[in-house]
Amino acid sequence: MNWIWSNADYIWDKTLVHLALSVPPVVLAFVISLPIGWLANRYRVSRGILTVAGLFYAIPSLPLFVALPALVGTSLRSPVNIVIGLTLYGVALMVRSVADALGAVEVDVRQSATAVGYSSWQRFWRVEFPLAGPVMLAGLRVVVVSTVSLATVGGVLGVNGLGLLFIDGFQRDIPEEILAGIVITIVMALVLDGLLVLLGRALMPWSRPGRPRRASSRRSSRRSSRRSSETGASSSRSPRREAVRS
Amino acid sequence: MNFFVEAFAFIGDGSSWVGPNGIPARLGEHLWYSVVAVALASIIAIPVGFAIGHTGRGRAVAVAVSGGARALPTFGVITLIAGWVGIGLTAPMIAFVILAIPSVLAGAYAGFEAVDRSTVDAARAVGMTEWQIVTRVEVPLGLPLLIGGIRSAVLQVVATATLATIVGSGGLGSYIITGLRANDYGTMLAGSILVIVLAVALEVVFSVVQRLVVPAGVTAGRPTDSRARVARRAPGTATPLQEGTQ
Repeated sequence: MNWIWSNADYIWDKTLVHLALSVPPVVLAFVISLPIGWLANRYRVSRGILTVAGLFYAIPSLPLFVALPALVGTSLRSPVNIVIGLTLYGVALMVRSVADALGAVEVDVRQSATAVGYSSWQRFWRVEFPLAGPVMLAGLRVVVVSTVSLATVGGVLGVNGLGLLFIDGFQRDIPEEILAGIVITIVMALVLDGLLVLLGRALMPWSRPGRPRRASSRRSSRRSSRRSSETGASSSRSPRREAVRS
Repeated sequence: MNFFVEAFAFIGDGSSWVGPNGIPARLGEHLWYSVVAVALASIIAIPVGFAIGHTGRGRAVAVAVSGGARALPTFGVITLIAGWVGIGLTAPMIAFVILAIPSVLAGAYAGFEAVDRSTVDAARAVGMTEWQIVTRVEVPLGLPLLIGGIRSAVLQVVATATLATIVGSGGLGSYIITGLRANDYGTMLAGSILVIVLAVALEVVFSVVQRLVVPAGVTAGRPTDSRARVARRAPGTATPLQEGTQ
């Protein structure tokens, strides 16, 4: 424990750097995956996007961080490289959430919106987007937690952040340093996740905390055969969402 | 792009394919770790997951474990255990098993949970014993999701094994780490390409297996695992009403 107190400044510095490394990819991933997810949901031919995203997510992080500089010309040890890599992972996860969330908006609701005169642009932002919100939030929570954890891999390449505590602690044989890094990473992930939940509650007061309304309404509609093709979009049961990666 | 030329020259070079540091040997190590670790994790996690899924007891624990694992920085776990156990294969193997357990556990209990309760009740009503319900109803119906969990675990270990080279475990990651230390980007890129190809190949194989294990006649129980489904709706299942609005 002594090591931690005497190096509190060093750890705090790494924590802040890590936060700066983790937050931009989450925001970028959400923004980028909105149009892509919409496209994947909108046209049958473009559903192949989801397969590609799924395959992309299978790529281990260290090889991706190594391969990116050759593809986009970033420097191997630059934080930008890590941010791009993490954004790509975030998009790969988030595109499916967005597509599923938009696909789960009831057809009746969409048609009603059109019937009362919404243009497709208005309908998206005022009807489909808010209704898809809770499911998208669930996806974003997965993205934020896995991003914070994945950002530590940058430490292998020497990118500043909490990952450096692991390398340094291993090389200098200071278990406290590694433990501190693990604990701070987990706490940061949980705090950011909690903030997202609070944000969701503030922005979407109609959704009950912890129980996305769309998901529950889909569950009840599963029994009706007419809508059975829609329930195929159910993502809440998928162990894919539980997946962890490194 | 000349980095790729360099990388493929390394992969294509005959001398890269022989000896203990040759590609076949490293690939063999990588696969061997993955198989052993996931097998050990399965021995531990599948019975527990089945018990949780069948009885519904301890579900909160399983959810917490599989969800919390997402926040666990794998790289930190490896260095921490390596610091305790020492350099070599034991430490990474312990880490691999720990990191593979949550995915397998999630797949096992989610598979049981996804079985319609009325199906289980029907099985009980026709006189099946609890054991028969488990082995003849819940296991076959939950198999696709279990395979999905194992798939996540395999990919997790393949990714983690790449990182574990840093604590001396060998595998394909050794090209990345030796390249990093020697400032030889071509070798790093070659190693990355090999790992990426391995991961994507495994992903494809598992998605095929996952489809094959769906019991005949079951459509509702199709794996909802995101990566298993290419198209959300089978052609012809969408109602004309939906077609009209899309």
